[in-house]
Amino acid sequence: MSEHKNSSYISAKESRKITRFNRRVTKKLEREREAAGHDPSLYTTVMKDPNNVVEFDNVCTYFFSDNGVVKAVDGVNFSVPKCSTVGVVGESGCGKSVTSLSLMQLLQRPSGQTVGGQIRFNLGDGTAYDIVKTPTSKMQEIRGNKISMIFQEPMTSLNPVFRIGNQVDEVIKLHNPQMSDEDVKARTLEMLDMVGIANREGVYRMYPHELSGGMRQRIMIAIALACSPTLIIADEPTTALDVTIQAQILDLLQGLKDKLNSSIMLITHDLGVVAGMADYVVVMYAGRVVEKGTADDIFHHPMHPYTIGLMRSKPVVGRKVDELYSIPGSVPNPVNMPDYCYFRDRCELTCDRCKGLYPPEIKISDTHIVSCYRYYEDGEVLGQPKSVNVEEL
Amino acid sequence: MEEKKNISQQAVPPAEGAREHGGEYLVEVENLVKWFPIKSSFFRLTIGNVRAVDGISFKIRRGQTMGLVGESGCGKSTAGRTMLRLLEPTSGEVYFDGQPLSALSRQELRKLRPRMQIVFQDPYSSLSPRLPVGEIIGEAVREHKIVPREEYDDYISRVMRACGLPEYYKDRYPHEFSGGQRQRICIARALALNPDFIVCDEPVSALDVSIQAQIINLLKRLQKDFGFTYLFISHDLSVVEHISDTVGVMYLGSMVEYTGTEKIFSHPLHPYTEALFSAIPVPDPDVKINRIILKGSLPSPANPPHGCKFHTRCEKCMEVCKYAVPEWTEVEPEHWCACHLYDSPQQKAAAEAAMEEAKAKGISEDGPQETL
Ligand SMILES: Nc1ncnc2c1ncn2[C@@H]1O[C@H](COP(=O)(O)OP(=O)(O)OP(=O)(O)O)[C@@H](O)[C@H]1O
Ligand SMILES: Nc1ncnc2c1ncn2[C@@H]1O[C@H](COP(=O)(O)OP(=O)(O)O)[C@@H](O)[C@H]1O
Ligand code: SF4
Ligand code: SF4
Ligand SMILES: [Mg+2]
Ligand SMILES: [Mg+2]
Repeated sequence: MSEHKNSSYISAKESRKITRFNRRVTKKLEREREAAGHDPSLYTTVMKDPNNVVEFDNVCTYFFSDNGVVKAVDGVNFSVPKCSTVGVVGESGCGKSVTSLSLMQLLQRPSGQTVGGQIRFNLGDGTAYDIVKTPTSKMQEIRGNKISMIFQEPMTSLNPVFRIGNQVDEVIKLHNPQMSDEDVKARTLEMLDMVGIANREGVYRMYPHELSGGMRQRIMIAIALACSPTLIIADEPTTALDVTIQAQILDLLQGLKDKLNSSIMLITHDLGVVAGMADYVVVMYAGRVVEKGTADDIFHHPMHPYTIGLMRSKPVVGRKVDELYSIPGSVPNPVNMPDYCYFRDRCELTCDRCKGLYPPEIKISDTHIVSCYRYYEDGEVLGQPKSVNVEEL
Repeated sequence: MEEKKNISQQAVPPAEGAREHGGEYLVEVENLVKWFPIKSSFFRLTIGNVRAVDGISFKIRRGQTMGLVGESGCGKSTAGRTMLRLLEPTSGEVYFDGQPLSALSRQELRKLRPRMQIVFQDPYSSLSPRLPVGEIIGEAVREHKIVPREEYDDYISRVMRACGLPEYYKDRYPHEFSGGQRQRICIARALALNPDFIVCDEPVSALDVSIQAQIINLLKRLQKDFGFTYLFISHDLSVVEHISDTVGVMYLGSMVEYTGTEKIFSHPLHPYTEALFSAIPVPDPDVKINRIILKGSLPSPANPPHGCKFHTRCEKCMEVCKYAVPEWTEVEPEHWCACHLYDSPQQKAAAEAAMEEAKAKGISEDGPQETL
C-alpha cells in the first residue's frame, strides 16, 4: 500500500558515478581558479555601466552534490546601481543567498562553484574585478572593506565567548592595522553610538547572550559598517526579529546607507519590507530572475504570474479576503530542471508559446524586465538566460 | 450555536455540573500568572522571578480564533502553555468548557488532554525523526483510545487527507518532507485527537509566504468543518488580522488590550497597540507609513518598571503612570484595555491616591520593584 517510488532515489552505482564526476570537475575548476589568480589581466575588467556598483551577468552557481548537480543559481542577470537599495525576493531555496554568497566568494567549496558568467564589482577607479576569477587574497581585501554582509541569525554570527567590544575592535583592527588601541576603541564606541546603542560603554563589555535579538543585529550592523563599505548585503536582516524592532533596524539601515553613500542589496521574503525600503526589486524563482524593475514597477504593475501570485498570497492589514490565494503545486526539483518555463506547472495564465523553451527576457520599459511569454508582443525581446552544460566542464 | 462536528463521529460527552462558566465561552482565563524563579548559582536559592505571564484575563468564544500578539519575550508562548497546563501556573485559573483546571485531579486532567492541543512554531524540531509519519500522528490516538482498534488505520488516513497529506506518506520519515509538509503533519497530529481547542504557537513563522497561505487556509477550513477554537500566537500582524476574530496584545507579561479584530486594527486604544500596529510593513512603496518608532528596548521581565509597565517607552506617559498600575477594564463593550488614559473618575482618584502613597513610601520612579 505504500509507494516507495521516488525520482530522487539513486542506485549505488549511479551514486558512485556522480561522486567520481563531481571530484573530477571540482578539481579542475579549482585548478583553473588557481591559475587565473596569478594574472591580474584575467580578472580585471570594466563595468558595462560605471554607475553600477555590481553587475551580475548570467551568473551560474552550481552545487556538485551527491544527488547530482544542483543549479542553485542559473543565469542570473541584474545590477545594483550606486547609492540605491535593491531588494531580492523569492521563496526559500530560490537562490537568493547563493547569489549573495557568489558575490562574496563565500560558497561552500569545493562543492559550490560559480561555473559561468561574470560578477563585475566596481572598484571606483574606472576598472572592475570579475569576482568569479578574483583570487582569494584579493577577495579578502574587498570583503569587509568594500562589501560587507549582515546575516539572518545574529546569534550565530557573533562569537559567544568574546565580549562585544573585542569583536568590533578586532574587525576595525583587521582593516586598519596602523591604528592604535585607543583609536580602535574610540572608533568602536563611535560605531556603537551610530547604530543607536544607548549604553555603549556597558555594551562594550557585555557578551552576546546578554543582548536581545534587536541589539545583536545592531552590533552586526556596526561590524558591517565599520569600514564604510560601498555595498552592504543584508540577508534577511530582520526575519528573526519582531515588527517593532524590525522597523527600528530598517530605519537605521536606510539612514546609515544615505550617510555613507553605500548601496544595499536587501535579501528577504517579506514583500512589505522590500516595499518600504527598496528602489529596485528583483524577483527570483528556482534559481533565475523572473522579473525586475523599480519598486513602482513591481508593486503597482507586477507582470510575471509568479510575482502576482506572491503578492496575492500575503495577507495585508485592512484588505479582507475569505481565503488567501496560494500558488498551486511546488517548486520543480532543482537537480532536474525542465527546459520549458520553470513556473509552467504552477502557472494559471499559460498561453500557447509557453510550450516552447524557457522564456526570454522581455524589456517592457527602460527599467522593467520580465521573463514570461505573455508579454512577448509587449516589448523588446532580449536573450534567454544561458545554463552551463556540466558535461562539457 | 453550531454543534461541534466530530471527526471520529463519536459524540463528545457534555461537561457535567451546573456551570456559571462555560456556555458561550470555551476557554476563560482569570488572572493567570506564571513566574519562573531565578536561582542563584550557589545555594540554589530563589533570588527573583521572571514574570513571564503576570496576571492576564480573557475569554474565547466557541469556534472562534483569538490572536495573541506582542514582541518576542513578552510571554505569548508561556501564556499558551500555561493555559494548557503544560506549565504549572503560579496562580490564577483557567476554565475549560466550564471546568476549572486547577480543581482537576491528575487523572481527570489526563482525560481532558486530547481535547486541548498545541501546534508549535518549529516544524523541524517538533517531530521525532525516528518515527514514520503514520506513527507520529497515531501514537496518541491509540494511547487515548480515540477510536476502536479496527477503525484505527482508516481513521489515520482520514485525518491525513483532511490535512492535505497523501495516505502513502504514512511510512515516510519527517526528514523527507519540506517545512510546509511537516507543519501539516504537526496539525494532523493535533487534529487526530479530536480536540476542541488548539493553541497554534507561531505555526507559520518558519515558513515561506506561499506555504504560509496554504497552512492558514488549512487551519481556517478545519475550523469551519470541525468547529475548533484556536489561540493563534504570532508576531506577524497581517496574518493575525486575517485569521482572528479577536486579538489580545501583550506587553512584558501583561495583557494591555483585548477586543474584536476589526476594532483593534481600526481604532486601537492602548498606546503600545498603536505603536505596534504602526510598524506593520505595507507592501506598497507609495504608502509612507507614519511609524511610531519605540524608543529603547523591552525592559527585563525579571525587573519590570513600576506602575504601568509601558511607561518607560510610552509617548503619552503621565505622572500617575509611573506609580500606579492601570486597571484591566472593559472600557467599551467587549473592549478591554489597561491604561490610565481611559480611567473613569473613580479609577483616576484611586490611581492618584496610589501615587501619593507610593511617593510617600519613597519608591523611586524607575527603581526595581521588590521581588518575592
Ligand atoms: N551547500 C549546499 N549544497 C547543496 N545545495 C545547496 C547548498 N546551499 C544551498 N543549496 C541549494 O541551493 C538552492 C538555493 O539556496 P539558497 O540558500 O540560495 O536559497 P534562499 O533563496 O536564500 O532561501 P531562504 O529564503 O530559505 O534563505 C536550494 O535548492 C538549496 O538546497
Ligand atoms: N523555562 C523558562 N525558564 C525561565 N524563563 C523563561 C522560561 N521560558 C520562558 N522564559 C522567559 O519568559 C519570558 C516570556 O517568554 P515566552 O513566553 O517564550 O515569550 P514569547 O513567546 O512572547 O516570545 C521571556 O523573558 C523568557 O526568557
Ligand atoms: S511563460 Fe507561460 S508558463 Fe511561464 S510564467 Fe509566463 S505565462 Fe506562465
Ligand atoms: S498607562 Fe500611561 S504609560 Fe501606560 S500606556 Fe497608558 S498613558 Fe502610557
Ligand atoms: Mg537564504
Ligand atoms: Mg514564543
